[in-house]
Amino acid sequence: MNAKVHYPTLPGNWWLKRPSYLRYMLRELTCIAIGAFAILLVFALLRLGQGAEAWQAFRAALATPLAIAWQLVALVFALYHSVTWFALAPRTMLLQIGTRRVPAGWIAGAHYLSWVVLSAIVLVLSGA
Amino acid sequence: MNAVSQASPSAGQGARIVTIDVLRYRPEQESTPSWQSYAVPCCEEWTVLDALNHIKDHLDGSLSYRWSCHMAVCGSCGMMVNGNPTLSCKAFMRDLPDRISIAPLANLGVIRDLVVQQNRLLDGLLAVKSWLIPRELPPRDDQYRQTPAQLAKYRPLTMCINCMLCYAACPQVALNEGYVGPAALALAQRYNLDSRDGGALERMQTTASDDGVWECTFIGECSEVCPKHVDPAGAIQQMKLASSLQWLAQRAPGGSSS
Amino acid sequence: MSLSNKPIVWLPFAAGGMLAALLVPALMLVLLLDALQLLPPGSLDYPRVVAFVSHPLARVVCVGVIALLLWHAAHRLRMTVQDIGVRSHGARQVAARLCYGAATLASVALIWAVVVL
Repeated sequence: MNAKVHYPTLPGNWWLKRPSYLRYMLRELTCIAIGAFAILLVFALLRLGQGAEAWQAFRAALATPLAIAWQLVALVFALYHSVTWFALAPRTMLLQIGTRRVPAGWIAGAHYLSWVVLSAIVLVLSGA
Repeated sequence: MNAVSQASPSAGQGARIVTIDVLRYRPEQESTPSWQSYAVPCCEEWTVLDALNHIKDHLDGSLSYRWSCHMAVCGSCGMMVNGNPTLSCKAFMRDLPDRISIAPLANLGVIRDLVVQQNRLLDGLLAVKSWLIPRELPPRDDQYRQTPAQLAKYRPLTMCINCMLCYAACPQVALNEGYVGPAALALAQRYNLDSRDGGALERMQTTASDDGVWECTFIGECSEVCPKHVDPAGAIQQMKLASSLQWLAQRAPGGSSS
Repeated sequence: MSLSNKPIVWLPFAAGGMLAALLVPALMLVLLLDALQLLPPGSLDYPRVVAFVSHPLARVVCVGVIALLLWHAAHRLRMTVQDIGVRSHGARQVAARLCYGAATLASVALIWAVVVL
């Protein structure tokens, strides 16, 4: 019997159809903020190599209202990346003590602790 | 197979009338699925499956769907209830509003009404060799021994009932036709983690291929809908890490290349 | 089915993602505070920054960290292009080459910038 099977197609906006899909897509889109920031850091190093005036101009460019607005948005996305990453990281590793799995909360907690420590180091080194 | 006959509840016995929209598909008379509505008087303790059985028994005998155990262990009755991959025997009507929609499991080929193709999973199970590939034979006059800790490592993954809700939840199943899917990969990991097993490298031929774990982008919805808390998403990420370390080990000086 | 070469992109993606999660918010905050002039005066002045970054160890760390951030973003962007509906094999290959190509170009610029510091 060869009745015709119906193959559904996934709509292009599938990620708008469930809250969890939307959160996933926002998480993936954080890569734009991260990537743009990494490119910004490359620019920073290039400007740094061009001397004090170039470096000052770079800092001034970041101080315009538009630049500040972008940095705020990017910071929110970067924070969302961190929070989602620390939530997912424990599930990537299977750690067991005896017959019990190490609670995901412990692993996530260790990540958050590292985050706080490293952030503090960055802030202290930069003079904040 | 005839649905089990149930006494038809009447409104006078406190039955609530629920309008159930079912996405039907009868290939002999239509080229695309179409909705059909039924007014179903529901008892307080009914599940969605009971409502479907009522439709089939009293309203429309042509409705086709799979079911068996009615207790969430056989994995037969998976379908989309209000857009959510659900076991119809596990979803209680009292938790649902007065109008609900029932559709076949998403992302899979529809054979008829609520009956979907299961080959994505079944072919996947073959491809990942979801059986024990023993590291060695059991000792003579004895059997394999396993500590509780060794069992605990893979036991959650043994709970899979092959219901395919995870396939309906995963967009990558729809976006990538060759993707073997969450359940098949979870069951590969079930054997990879079994202390009696020695087949992890062999399974990597599939799990580490372009149809395996790399199609997964950790959306995580598979684990959300799994009725048995198998966490296929976690299993897949663990395999990504293991595959990557294995890939490195094979290319490190002194490593073997397969 | 042959073994995919995906690990070659996934490990840097995972490493870059971890670094991004741990370091990027703080780094972004530093630049933001500087833009808002909320840092102690002179914190990010040229002599101080160039002295810090010129250290050989700092140069290596900069290249390592920023390259991994670039790679993480490139890989995630490439997978997202697939997610939003680019289905044909040819188009997906183009997307992959664009993403990884951009990351490679940026990494080359990065290494050059650090070398000429």
